[in-house]
Amino acid sequence: MTDCKSLIQELADKYGRERASLLPILQGVVARNNYLSDTCMTDIAKELDLSAAQVYGTATFYSFLDTEPRGEYVIRVCKTITCDMHGKKTIIQTLEDMLKIKVGETTPNKRFTLLETNCLGWCHEGPAMLINDTPYSGLTPEKVHDIISEYVNKK
Amino acid sequence: MSEQTLKRVDLIFGEYSNEKYKVLATTLERTNEEILKDILESGLRGRGGAGFPTAMKWKYTAETPGDEKYVVCNADEGEPGTFKDREILLRVPRKVFSGMAICGRVIGAKKGLMYLRGEYKFMVPELMKELAIYHEHAKMLGLDFPIEIRMGSGAYICGEESALFESMEGGRGEPRNKPPYPTTSGFMKKPTVINNVETFVNVLMIMRLGPDQYKQLGTTDSRGSKVFSVSGDTPIPGIYELELGMPLDRFVDEFGDGDTKAVQVGGASGFCVPRKKFKDTVIGFEGVPTGGSMMIFNSSRSMYNVLHNYLEFFEEESCGQCTPCRVGCQQLLKGIVAVKKGEKKAVYLDQLMKLSESMKITAKCGLGQSVANSFSSIVNNFKEEMIY
Repeated sequence: MTDCKSLIQELADKYGRERASLLPILQGVVARNNYLSDTCMTDIAKELDLSAAQVYGTATFYSFLDTEPRGEYVIRVCKTITCDMHGKKTIIQTLEDMLKIKVGETTPNKRFTLLETNCLGWCHEGPAMLINDTPYSGLTPEKVHDIISEYVNKK
Repeated sequence: MSEQTLKRVDLIFGEYSNEKYKVLATTLERTNEEILKDILESGLRGRGGAGFPTAMKWKYTAETPGDEKYVVCNADEGEPGTFKDREILLRVPRKVFSGMAICGRVIGAKKGLMYLRGEYKFMVPELMKELAIYHEHAKMLGLDFPIEIRMGSGAYICGEESALFESMEGGRGEPRNKPPYPTTSGFMKKPTVINNVETFVNVLMIMRLGPDQYKQLGTTDSRGSKVFSVSGDTPIPGIYELELGMPLDRFVDEFGDGDTKAVQVGGASGFCVPRKKFKDTVIGFEGVPTGGSMMIFNSSRSMYNVLHNYLEFFEEESCGQCTPCRVGCQQLLKGIVAVKKGEKKAVYLDQLMKLSESMKITAKCGLGQSVANSFSSIVNNFKEEMIY
């Protein structure tokens, strides 16, 4: 995890210190640290000369801006209608069995977080999921097995 | 990931002109009046779903005085069952940037912004490469109109234009009161044209073909072609570019699996059409409009489950700002569960129907207003499935 203060400096230098820079900065912190801690949000407020409430208000509005600790890889399984019709439940079951966590939880080694999300836009190839920014579609339990094994073996 | 494409119409995904940004270059040689006249004559209406005449939107913004104006491309497609903007941006990004640049010239904007949904972040590297090519050509054409990409972060409501501006300004994606409309007060409260990805491509195609040839496609109320996202119980899901104004029964003959019970036209915020009405339903602005989402359900599907899924979606995606939507979505969901469980009598559905009608007239934005579309069309047409 990168130190919050220097990361915020770096992001503010890149995106500016306007109110309109807030979202890119929040996104930048989440991309690096997987979530926004309270201290981090207060630091952003100071850097952009906003109130902490404004930063918190914006951050908590967006489902991809997590304000609680997440794993290195955040898995978001689409639960909207066509993915649901095409076997989302089995995919969730497979992930829960493999990672030994329930939806909403993070593995003890802080590597994976399992979440459900609304429509990802892969309705024609459902079920689908995102792992961080990478989409995977046309999922079957076997395919999920292969994908997750690959992530488990990374680094 | 492979795409299946049936090219009935080959306008949007058709090949680029042989020289990069050639149509943009020739269009820029024309006057703003000529360009607007062509778009007006083409009959083009916005492709995001609402169908506002594009030429009017541009004209109003052009007429609003101000040095600082913006062109915004709405690439926050979040409607369940829609995935066409991603394909357009992956396959013909230059057409999108050209359309934005033409708009910039017409309205007198110095900057274009594309708001891309967070779920599509994986596309950014490719889009940045394309943007570099665009900027190179813009420079050669002496066009001072840079385009920037801004990312969303997983909020359906940010596809609503004023919520999108709030989001780009660093706030919560809560819709604003209207009026004022974006034509006078949009991004940074400045005059702004905001159009869907596909609308900008249509503008470029009108510039390339001329309004007369473009008008050959579609019907009087719905000119041109439309990119449809087809999913659900179909043997051939995918992206299809089809003429607007086709009857739904023909669509079902082509895409259904032979056992189609209903089609949801326009996503969760659209209308559910049951089999008996396929014949009399036209897909287009004169009938059932759609931003492109076509979800097909066969007789094995429970329409109760479908509605339940939509209501969960709306309950989570409601921004919570106005009471009719915040409380309404929760109560509709609780209500259908209670009826299904037998905790409430079947007549309770009538009360829920009234609630959804109230949401239609009292909610602040399109999200809350359109929940009634799917709610009443599913409950009215599949009442027995809601109860038993």
